[in-house]
Amino acid sequence: MRTVNLESQKTGTMSKAKEKSAKKRVVEEDDDQLPIFDKDVTEKKAGEEEDADLSDSEESVFSGLEDSGSDSHDEEEDAEEGDDEEEDDDEAVILDEILTKSSGVETATEPPATDKNKPTQPDEKPASRRKMKKGEGVAMDDGGEKGLITIRHGDEYEHDTSDEEDIRNTVGNIPMEWYQDYPHIGYNLDGKKIFKPIRNKDELDEFLDKMENPDYWRTVHDKTTASDIRLSDEQVDLVHRLQKGQFGDINFNEYEPSVDFFTNEVMIHPVTNRPQDKRSFIPSLIEKEKVSKLVHAIKMGWIKPRKPKETTPQYYDLWAKEDPNAILGRHKMHVPAPKMRLPGHEESYNPPPEYLLTEEERMAWEQQDAEDRKLPFLPQKHSCLRAVPAFSRFIHERFERCLDLYLCPRQRKMRVNVNPEDLIPKLPKPKDLQPFPTTMSLVYIGHTSLVRSISASPTGQWLVSGSDDCTVRFWEVNTGRCMKTLEVGGAVKSVVWNPNQAVCLVAVCFESTVLLLNPALGDRLVVSSTDQLITSYEPPEEDKEQAVTWALSEGPEHDNGHRLTLTHPKAVKQVVWHGKGDYLASVMPDNSSNLQVLIHQVSKRRTQNPFRKNKGLVQCVSFHPLRPYFFVATQRYVRVYNLIKQELTKKLMTNCKWISSMAIHPGGDNLICGSYDCRLAWFDLDLSTKPYKMLRHHKKALRGVAYHKHYPLFASGADDGSVIICHGMVYNDLLQNPLIVPVKVLKGHQITHDLGVLDVTFHPTQPWVFSSGADATIRLFT
Amino acid sequence: MGGLQKKKYERGSATNYITRNKARKKLQLSLADFRRLCILKGIYPHEPKHKKKVNKGSTAPRTFYLLKDIRFLLHEPIVRKFREYKVFVRKLRKAYGKAEWTGVERLRDNKPGYKLDHIIKERYPTFIDALRDIDDALSMCFLFSTFARTGKCHVQTITLCRRLTVEWMNYVVASRSLQKVFISIKGIYYQADVLGQLITWLVPYQFAHDHPTDVDYRVMATFTEMYTTLFGFINFRLYQTLNLVYPPKLDSKAESELKAEHEEDYAMDSESYLEKLSALSASLARVVATAEEEENQLDQFPADGNMEAREKEQKEQEDQNRLFEGLKFFLNREVPRESLAFILRCFGAEVSWDKSLCIGGTYDVTDETITHQIVDRPDIDKQYINRYYIQPQWVFDSVNAKMCLPVEDYFLGVTLPPHLSPFVEEKDGDYVPPEKLKLMALQRGEKHGKIQEEEEEEDEDEDDDDDEEEDNDEEDEDLTEEKNLKKMEDQRSQGKVRLEQEEKAEEKRLAIMMMKKKEKYLYDKIMFGKKRTTREGRTAHNNSWNGVNGMVSNVVSMWLMPFH
Repeated sequence: MRTVNLESQKTGTMSKAKEKSAKKRVVEEDDDQLPIFDKDVTEKKAGEEEDADLSDSEESVFSGLEDSGSDSHDEEEDAEEGDDEEEDDDEAVILDEILTKSSGVETATEPPATDKNKPTQPDEKPASRRKMKKGEGVAMDDGGEKGLITIRHGDEYEHDTSDEEDIRNTVGNIPMEWYQDYPHIGYNLDGKKIFKPIRNKDELDEFLDKMENPDYWRTVHDKTTASDIRLSDEQVDLVHRLQKGQFGDINFNEYEPSVDFFTNEVMIHPVTNRPQDKRSFIPSLIEKEKVSKLVHAIKMGWIKPRKPKETTPQYYDLWAKEDPNAILGRHKMHVPAPKMRLPGHEESYNPPPEYLLTEEERMAWEQQDAEDRKLPFLPQKHSCLRAVPAFSRFIHERFERCLDLYLCPRQRKMRVNVNPEDLIPKLPKPKDLQPFPTTMSLVYIGHTSLVRSISASPTGQWLVSGSDDCTVRFWEVNTGRCMKTLEVGGAVKSVVWNPNQAVCLVAVCFESTVLLLNPALGDRLVVSSTDQLITSYEPPEEDKEQAVTWALSEGPEHDNGHRLTLTHPKAVKQVVWHGKGDYLASVMPDNSSNLQVLIHQVSKRRTQNPFRKNKGLVQCVSFHPLRPYFFVATQRYVRVYNLIKQELTKKLMTNCKWISSMAIHPGGDNLICGSYDCRLAWFDLDLSTKPYKMLRHHKKALRGVAYHKHYPLFASGADDGSVIICHGMVYNDLLQNPLIVPVKVLKGHQITHDLGVLDVTFHPTQPWVFSSGADATIRLFT
Repeated sequence: MGGLQKKKYERGSATNYITRNKARKKLQLSLADFRRLCILKGIYPHEPKHKKKVNKGSTAPRTFYLLKDIRFLLHEPIVRKFREYKVFVRKLRKAYGKAEWTGVERLRDNKPGYKLDHIIKERYPTFIDALRDIDDALSMCFLFSTFARTGKCHVQTITLCRRLTVEWMNYVVASRSLQKVFISIKGIYYQADVLGQLITWLVPYQFAHDHPTDVDYRVMATFTEMYTTLFGFINFRLYQTLNLVYPPKLDSKAESELKAEHEEDYAMDSESYLEKLSALSASLARVVATAEEEENQLDQFPADGNMEAREKEQKEQEDQNRLFEGLKFFLNREVPRESLAFILRCFGAEVSWDKSLCIGGTYDVTDETITHQIVDRPDIDKQYINRYYIQPQWVFDSVNAKMCLPVEDYFLGVTLPPHLSPFVEEKDGDYVPPEKLKLMALQRGEKHGKIQEEEEEEDEDEDDDDDEEEDNDEEDEDLTEEKNLKKMEDQRSQGKVRLEQEEKAEEKRLAIMMMKKKEKYLYDKIMFGKKRTTREGRTAHNNSWNGVNGMVSNVVSMWLMPFH
């Protein structure tokens, strides 16, 4: 108290008022802000213990503001000394207050006996401060107390500035080690150095101190001033109390009897004895007005009692005014939901027995997923209506229907249900396309092996056939009689009757020989003229080297009808006559040379090889019936050569894998190709090099195709043993495409060794067709 | 090359569709509300033609609605009601939480509700449109009317459904429009011809339902809400067309009779009235007391070729409507009373039942004038000699056959003939069960079995006669020769026919050869399908499943994959 008094005396009235408030505040602080205070103290204690290595960071945690405060303090110091001083004083008062609170006696803070280094007493503080203010002397001595207080000061926020701090050392909040090597530890307010105490406490001193000084435990070292402070008893007590978690003030009774602000007992008397206002007895005008308004409204029928709610819906004629214009555009986009499927017999409670599932079907049904099932339920049979149970999935089905109705995306789909009958092309009836061969009328039996080739004489009276049994047979067409049988030296590959009616010659090829025969059938004149024609040959002067050797037959061979023998270098597969009957082409299929096709002129016994180049394996060749064209069919293409110009005019793509046979329409503008891959390609030479039509009538490889000379018919024979006759009408009008109608499937040949019909040929005048088969027969269909 | 680059998916079909989520966001509705709105307004997803285009290049499975549909929903006043209801629920919950009971009551009083009248009018601009779409409504209402009055839905809904279905049945009875009935394992199908529209509905058997857990009853309830509104308006209109009072009232005469009998048994008048109606035994009151059904004769149009056919048709129809007229039925207690009473009344029969079974029975078992008693038990103790005791299937089969079938097959304890579906219409080539063939023969007027037998007998007689005659007369030989000649001719003609047939077949075969590859493939496929159908028919399972190849291209609306 003494100090306080001193202070107040010193600083005058103003500081007195401040002191009051400060005192109050401190008390409050003690009461209310105990935790903070407590913390500060403990922190302080910690700081005391690890004095030497107190880091700045730890201090800054608690005195961050102080830092800045101290800075500002420094700046302001120069400007306003007076103000500063005043505040300093105030600070001091507060701090003293704290230290001497309980006892209020500064006597307790006498300099401890051991603290010999402390040069001045706290008593001298005011004096020294005054001195300081006046710029006299060094006041570093009493800074210890002040320093401690500075840190302990918890309520720095109330005074927003740290100017009031009693700072002796102006270095600020820095690690004091920085001054280790200096004789001073900082600067006082006047900028003078504060020197370290002269003596240096070493370890020994410390130890001795510890051993000897009874107050050692209550001594705290202040780093900033490098002085030891001995805590007074009150201070120690305070620390203890705070450590225990008790209130700092001893006199504070924490268990004061509580006095209710309001009683909890219900009182029978009013709190106040004030009589009621007059207005509480007078009816309210405003309310009256309101009520009268309501009454009026009720009278006038404006307000009606609440109607009872309509629970049952009211129905009326909703469509009384049907307006067709009211149909919105939406309705056009509307896709009505399909109706539920109507039940079939199987859904009956008593279905016909064939609709009940068998045991296996039932098992299968049960094992299927619900989605895969054809029937969503198991058909059941009940003997009477009474025995029918409830359908367990009834609600499910209705619910699924609901889901379908509102969740299922709908789409309008045009389902074109094609009537299969409409797909069948409308063709003229075969009946209207007669005549064509319909029935098998004759079978020519005699050969013992498959008949490779047949040919009818131009008069239509005779038929020649060549077979694998090394014979050539001549038949009379009308009777089926074998007129002649000629043995040749190998399996006959091809026989062709000379198309010229004035000549009676048959070309036969076997192995590498082409034989020209005069069968001596028919008109004698023709036969003899033919012989004459052959004998009248005069060899030319210069003998050219030819690819084949022409040999005239003599002796018994001549009697047999052999006339000329053309020996080829290779095996001959096919011979073919030109329409005039003078030229003859033979085919020697060979992939490796250009000598595949030879054209012979019988009258001049001349042979030439028309092709210089090999264009693939030649399958068959044919002469154009009217013009000097020559058709060569290789595996996949048919090439048309102009014999006069000696050039290629056309190359027809057949789209087949392997051509087997070829026939030229007597008009010369159309061509058919049979192939081993079951197809028959019809080419219109005027139209395109691609097939006009591909016919896939046969099930197996085609072996022979033929055109009729006069009738619009063509035939194809295949390995499936059938001959298909088609009506192939070619119009003179170039604009009209050929009409192709299959008219008859002729069957008769047996399939032997997977071979059926090997060759077909038409009768030259009648609508008859001959077919030769692998079953060693020749059949005539009329 | 100027011009802006065209952005993808900003024109064309991509702009015509909207995904469900976007639609929901646009409408600012919760999913549940959106669904309810879709159900009520009849909005359904559409399957775009080019899904990928619409889906902006993505192939993710999405549901698409037409943008126009959603725009149309934007203006729906009911959407606001939905929002109001949401607020109401929130307020109510709050009031409950605070235990403000007066507030709860007040809120309850002001509960927002909505009417669907305008939606019905908008969805079905004409009455016939509505009638066409009533199948589902009927089935749903019949289902709901069988629910127990606890749990799954509001009692009001159930009673309303019951009321509407009873009204419907009364209408069908009054208009005599029932056509076909079918007892299936699911329930009983009925088909009626109402104003030219064939309407089919399914009524479950009268059992307590085992309510499944995986069914969302809210969806069903929303549908029912819509259906009841629709159904009520349709009933009103239908009653109007017949000059009947709506809501239906019993004929005053019938009413007084009923009252006198049963007043003491039934306390609640309002409840019992519906039951009296549902008894279907009395006729309904008319607005104008007209003379009994004046037959509207078809006017004679002189130059109408179809006239005869039409007349004939109408006559047939009338005959069918009077199928049971003059017959007096009694229903035993074990048969389904409602369905049988409904059917019998539809075809003009008088029908009664045990007094303890239901209100509205008009005569007793002991009545001597009863012609048929419908019994579904193997035997009955006391039998009257002047009536047939038949099983219920007789009624159903007779209705489907449009004639009273011989009762012998349906006597007590007799194994019943199979019950066939009247909805199956066999096309040529389909499998027809033998029972149906027999029935068709019966309908044509032949008595199938008997006639055959008779014919055989006749033949025998003839043979006998021949023998006798041969013994006696020689002239008859000429006769026999003539007969032989005839036979020969017949054979020849048969041969000709066969030849022709063969020719035709070959023609066809040849024409098929000339088909193009593509068409041939299609043709083969169709023919294969046909063959399979017949094969399956022959093995006697269901012939109606496979696609039927009609002559015309028809427009089919399809379900696509449902996204449940």
